[in-house]
Amino acid sequence: MKKRICFVGVGGQGTLLASRLLGEAVMKAGYDVRVSEVHGMAQRGGVVESSVMTGGIKAPVISKGMADVLISTEPVETLRALDRCNIKTTIITNIAPIEPMTVKLGLQKYPEVSDILDFIKDRFQNTYAIDATSLAKEAGTSKAANIVLLGALIGLNILDISKELFIETIKERVKPKFIEANLKAFELGLNSVA
Amino acid sequence: MELISQEVGKKSLLLGNEAIVRGALEAGVEICAAYPGTPSSEIANNLFFISTKAPELLYFEFSTNEKVAMEVTAAAAAAGKRSLTCMKHVGLNVASDVLNTLSYVGVKAGMVIVTADDPFMHSSQNEQDNRYYAKMASLPMFEPTNPQEAKDMTIAAFELSERLEVPVIIRTTTRTSHVRGPVIFGPLPEKKPSKGRFQRDNKRWVPVPAVARIRHKVLLEKLEKAAMEAENTPFNTVKGSGDIGVIATGIAACYAEDAIDFLNAWDKVRLLKLGLTYPQPRRMIFEFLRKVGRVLVVEELEPFQEEIIKGIAQDAAMDVPIYGKGTKHLSRLYEIDPLEVIELIAELIGIDAPKEQIPDISNMPEIPQRPPSLCTGCPHRETYMAVKEALKECGISEEDVIFPTDIGCYTLGLLPPFNMADYLLCMGSSVGSSAGFSIATDQKIIAFIGDSTFFHSGISPLVNAVHNNHKFLLVVLDNSTTAMTGHQPNPGIELMPPGYENHTRVLIEDIVRACGVKHIKIIDPYKKDEAIKAFKEMIELDELGVIISRAPCILYKRKVIGGKK
Repeated sequence: MKKRICFVGVGGQGTLLASRLLGEAVMKAGYDVRVSEVHGMAQRGGVVESSVMTGGIKAPVISKGMADVLISTEPVETLRALDRCNIKTTIITNIAPIEPMTVKLGLQKYPEVSDILDFIKDRFQNTYAIDATSLAKEAGTSKAANIVLLGALIGLNILDISKELFIETIKERVKPKFIEANLKAFELGLNSVA
Repeated sequence: MELISQEVGKKSLLLGNEAIVRGALEAGVEICAAYPGTPSSEIANNLFFISTKAPELLYFEFSTNEKVAMEVTAAAAAAGKRSLTCMKHVGLNVASDVLNTLSYVGVKAGMVIVTADDPFMHSSQNEQDNRYYAKMASLPMFEPTNPQEAKDMTIAAFELSERLEVPVIIRTTTRTSHVRGPVIFGPLPEKKPSKGRFQRDNKRWVPVPAVARIRHKVLLEKLEKAAMEAENTPFNTVKGSGDIGVIATGIAACYAEDAIDFLNAWDKVRLLKLGLTYPQPRRMIFEFLRKVGRVLVVEELEPFQEEIIKGIAQDAAMDVPIYGKGTKHLSRLYEIDPLEVIELIAELIGIDAPKEQIPDISNMPEIPQRPPSLCTGCPHRETYMAVKEALKECGISEEDVIFPTDIGCYTLGLLPPFNMADYLLCMGSSVGSSAGFSIATDQKIIAFIGDSTFFHSGISPLVNAVHNNHKFLLVVLDNSTTAMTGHQPNPGIELMPPGYENHTRVLIEDIVRACGVKHIKIIDPYKKDEAIKAFKEMIELDELGVIISRAPCILYKRKVIGGKK
């Protein structure tokens, strides 16, 4: 199971937690795994990127066109990371925008989300656009949008990781008071691609 | 806590930095000290956490800077206690004064120095290659490729250090520090709490010229021994067969292995992976060069190995072509892109690398930039705005002011709407450079430095400014923590984290006063009117003044005292 999974998002969206959880699940499933994380300055509301490599891939960096899966918690960040994708890449993206400071200050414009999605879908057939933030709110916390997207990933059966194994991983790795909401968010994500 | 688990054989998904901590524990480290810095911070954070939860396991301190941390740990190792210090690459510049003589006097118990380089400058002001420090100080160096190796090499580094009685360097890069991978736990040694004993011997430990001349010779003999070990270490390995040779170290070895896998070319390519990377196993490299027709050296940053390997080939009068950064096959800039390595190796073999089909995305909607920024509610925001307002009320244009800045979250004052960061070199440079600007120009100078950075490197330039009558306003942004690197305590800390209450608080205003600064004000940046008034007075004064703008980092406050704002 050699796969390169790229995670992108905005600082504070739980991108690192999502890649860590997936990494734990991959290891639990019996595969070798590498998870790369971004720490430090980039976390102060900037772009955050991490990756999970499975099945013996050793490099924690994804080159142009080499991602098998792109998981994004923010639509503009999906666009920014598109150069990692090829025509076969599965793209799982949240559709809820987070305006960067440059937009809030009126220095730059945020593109229409529908334009973003049309642009992506026209070029990448395996695109799943999910309102992960709303589903996460439904589960109890908007912060679980990352888990909704992981639910979708597991639901699409791209990886050899069962739903049960992932649920077990969430129970082991998420802080007790957030487990219930996260499990619900996972389930909603799973169903969104069913 | 997972890292101190007694469960032998446990498999855990650890960061490279965490794996180093586990390795140090398994090696029985007892005394550790560090100043935080990305990408090394999680080593210190975990050691700190362990020292508060399980003080019987080890002593750890956040020292005021890397030089102090290295002195603390060097003395501990001289007194027979295994010790470790860790720092980011530029931190070793600060500690280099210690390093280059510590190698002469050496240690008694094992001592490990971790330096974390940052190719591409994810969180740094330069991308210097610290492998040159191993060469300069004549110290052995390991470079791990993954977390399991990071743990194993840490243990090996302690053992080598103790055998040779010199400190050993472990050099990581961002991609080895911040990658998670499975790590198998070994046993933790039983701890017999006891004090070490320093054996007085001024012919060993006091490098006056007559002693230093002897110790330099001793050091070079130790380096010879380390080179012999490098010939036999399990961390230097050869894999594959064929006419193409690849020599790689650190994370670059992962790129090389992946590339050969991807091209299915292990019958055409021979890979020499170096783990004990200084001193080089010259014999092993010579034998490798003899078996191949062409060689590609894959390494992050500078052509460090490449140049040494070329020297080995030259000494043996070999004409095997050796490619790498020196020949511009790879760039000395930033990080290596794995795809480049695939294409280079494919080219050497003479095949086309399989290519993915990539759609045209050139005409995508314009993407707004998303630079990191100061948090909403951050006290630094308030301070910057107060300075702006005070300048306006004083009738001084910001264009006529120089704002030297320093290393920390507040470097983000560079960005709009603040635009108040004009000059930066390194930790503490805000103070020293303000002195220079005050001599060289008639411009108004308002400098910014954080509390932790002030303790690290701000004090001696402030004494200098007092003594030499320099005129500028220094603003100490005192948020009571080392925020940027993850809220490590510093001597000025007001909100003590659990387990830290017995430390002594050092007040910045006491230091500033003791430096001889006459004009000092302490403000709360959230009290806007008072803050603006204080800045106006100090700006109009036109003498050396210090304003301490004191309010805790909001994230840190939330962490320590809970959700209340």
